[in-house]
Amino acid sequence: MTIPSTETAQRTVTLDVRGQSCPMPVVRAAQAIRDLAAGDVLEILSTDRGSWSDIPTWAGTTGNELLERAEEDGVFRYLVRRTGGEGR
Amino acid sequence: MTEDATALLEAISEHTSEPEKADKLTIIAWSGELDRIWPTLILSTTARACGMEAAVFFTFWGLFPLVRPEKRLTGSDWMTRGLSLLNPGSPHRAKLSKYNFGGAGPWMLKRIAGKHKVPEPRELLTLSQDLGVRLLPCQMTMDLMGLGRDDLIDGLEEPVGAATALLEMKDSIHLFI
Repeated sequence: MTIPSTETAQRTVTLDVRGQSCPMPVVRAAQAIRDLAAGDVLEILSTDRGSWSDIPTWAGTTGNELLERAEEDGVFRYLVRRTGGEGR
Repeated sequence: MTEDATALLEAISEHTSEPEKADKLTIIAWSGELDRIWPTLILSTTARACGMEAAVFFTFWGLFPLVRPEKRLTGSDWMTRGLSLLNPGSPHRAKLSKYNFGGAGPWMLKRIAGKHKVPEPRELLTLSQDLGVRLLPCQMTMDLMGLGRDDLIDGLEEPVGAATALLEMKDSIHLFI
């Protein structure tokens, strides 16, 4: 489910939830970010249109930082930095 | 909206003390029906994912989705055993509140949900436990319906009563589903 990548100094982990519907993008993101250290970035790929509002809401309520939100060819891409604490 | 009205609304909101935001969701799961237990599990799981506390109190018909999938017959006497045949436990046997059509409705709904990759209630139960949703069975219902602790799935909290359910609802968003 998660593919580690070592392209940057801090770790970026990709979560691919393409094809999955609500509430899975948020649920899987919450599970994935538990395994990250503070400062690490979670990249989320989703095709669920509801995630456009749900992922920023989730990041906001959990105190994690939404770095980027973009749409390309029907795929929504988010970058969320884990800020520490419980993380969810 | 005119600028005057906007300014007025801003002035009012500044002088109105904001109500304290609840950071907890408590759901009273009363119905065991598929189209009710499903959103109950979606909402409580998502609440935990969003960092809220979440508790579900399972009472009356709502307790039956917690019966172990392999348990087809439960009950302590002929009445409660008969009830378990009419009202089978586990979410995968749950009926729809409308358009049940003898099980055809739930089959079709799950098929459609599967196409959209919406997780089924049984998977959501596991997810909710992984994310730390507290699942509270109602002791009185267990006694009434002849359900023992061994009849119910693992990972539940100790069975509780109405006073505990009320305490859970205090300072919490609470829903009766």
